[in-house]
Amino acid sequence: MQPLKRLASATAIGLLLYGVGLWLQDGLIEYAQRIVLLAGINVILAVGLNLINGTTGQFSIGHAGFMAVGAYAAAFFGVKLAPLVQGLVGSGALADGVTFNLALLVGALLAGLTGLLVGAPSLRLRGDYLAVVTLGFGEIIRISFNNAQFLGAATGYFGDTPAGLPAYTSFFWVYAWAIAIVLLISNLTFSQTGRSLAAIREDEIAAEAMATPTTRLKVLAFSLSAASAGVAGGLFAFMQSGIRPEDFRFDKSIDMIVMIIIGGLGSISGAIVGGVFVAVTLELMRDLQQYRLVLYALLLITIMLVRPEGLLGSRELPALLRARLGRKRPVGEAK
Amino acid sequence: MSLLSLQKVDKIFGGLRALKQVSFDVPARTIFGLIGPNGAGKTTLFNVITGVYSPDGGRIEFEGRAIGGESPARVAQRGIARTFQNIRLFRSMTVEENVMVAGHHLHRASLLSAMLRTRAHAEDEARLKQRARELLDVMGLVKHCRDVAGSLPYGSQRRLEIARALMLEPKLLLLDEPAAGMNSQEAAELERQIRFLRDEMGLTVVLVEHNMAVVMSVCEAVHVVDHGETIASGTPEQVKKDPAVLAAYLGKSTENGA
Repeated sequence: MQPLKRLASATAIGLLLYGVGLWLQDGLIEYAQRIVLLAGINVILAVGLNLINGTTGQFSIGHAGFMAVGAYAAAFFGVKLAPLVQGLVGSGALADGVTFNLALLVGALLAGLTGLLVGAPSLRLRGDYLAVVTLGFGEIIRISFNNAQFLGAATGYFGDTPAGLPAYTSFFWVYAWAIAIVLLISNLTFSQTGRSLAAIREDEIAAEAMATPTTRLKVLAFSLSAASAGVAGGLFAFMQSGIRPEDFRFDKSIDMIVMIIIGGLGSISGAIVGGVFVAVTLELMRDLQQYRLVLYALLLITIMLVRPEGLLGSRELPALLRARLGRKRPVGEAK
Repeated sequence: MSLLSLQKVDKIFGGLRALKQVSFDVPARTIFGLIGPNGAGKTTLFNVITGVYSPDGGRIEFEGRAIGGESPARVAQRGIARTFQNIRLFRSMTVEENVMVAGHHLHRASLLSAMLRTRAHAEDEARLKQRARELLDVMGLVKHCRDVAGSLPYGSQRRLEIARALMLEPKLLLLDEPAAGMNSQEAAELERQIRFLRDEMGLTVVLVEHNMAVVMSVCEAVHVVDHGETIASGTPEQVKKDPAVLAAYLGKSTENGA
């Protein structure tokens, strides 16, 4: 029964996404559609980053680097793969869908591997040191792309044709990936592995005394988090005609941190709220250009002062709603 | 045969010799007391045994195998579980989750199966939860299983640490001041629970404790250290009358008699 039920819900969600996608295409101007797509991509970024920064408590501030790896890998492989796939199934929506998703998987895989390489040595460090090292690696990755001739160096990568990268990214695929990643990561969080990650955050010495393989789990969480950023990078790449190294600067990593801090570190629903929030406010503040960083700083300071645990704290929305609805009236109030 | 054996163990911190040639044997299924004045090196001994520090000399054997210098996680896997003097719970997690964390050996499903919520994962969770409830019941905490660990009263937090350590299914349990901060009624309950662990669960227990009433009533053998050195060893009755012990605790010269 269980697999059938799952298949049915997946189909229902798929149809719903497809319908909403069509409706948005007619009903929204292109500018608004772009914000909707960016919101979905941000959700992937935030939920992925929350796994390492929020759940495991290991602060990474270089995730833009993993997003760049995913973006470049997906764009490059997508462009090279397209003719092969078209040769097999003919050109059309099917070929595009297959190429796109394979490219995203390659992006996720390479970003995850980069995460493994960066994480294995640096996760032996704690706190501020880890943050500095991830920041450094993020910049190294961006500067490497800046100098990679076959990927267009500083001009950016626009594929092999003057038309630029194909516009594969659609509402349907962004939200299908977002839902899949949110489900996978929340399932992981609420399992023995997730409990062990939270134990590392709470008290690493005690976790180790309870036979928890702390280094292995930290590296695992870091790689999965990097792989999610890679998927987000791939979706981002095929939204526009090309990607440039400067799309993945340090302030992109800061945007991601703002998302998870606003929503509440350690809360998946909080990360979702934060991701959408940042997508919308970034667009609203576009005219302010670099001054938006000042506003973000003010916003972060205000949150730290007024509500240091973020909008949701470490709680999850479903649990919160259940508590609200199911709350019993105190004895004294009953009449 | 002894379960745990220390032979001339040394530990040096810079210019301080925290442990000097400490040797003792803990026979299987005994309740063994480790006492001494503040700063005598009792917690350092625990940290050396559990791999938090590596010894600078001597030999530590568990079940006849040398374990000195292994990582804390490895030592825990071998069957040595501990609690901490300055309570180290996973404070924002629930009581039940705290215990479940230590249940690695009951956890069989792969990462992928957890992420896809397969049946193997559900069975894992059920097994972990059931065992955690059983152990919380032993320590009298089952009614608090959904409470946040950090919100428990002090004495209950100490007992939760024991329940969590038991989840490792250890052979040897090291308790660092389990009765600290407990009133006499709670301490008596703790004594009963420690005996239960040995009698019904077959555990060997080593405890560091300042509450002498607890030590004298529950331990079969006592080892006394001061300034990192062994000063006495024997049954509680023998140790209680030992002049060196009295001198260490009361700070009197022994010629005056006790």
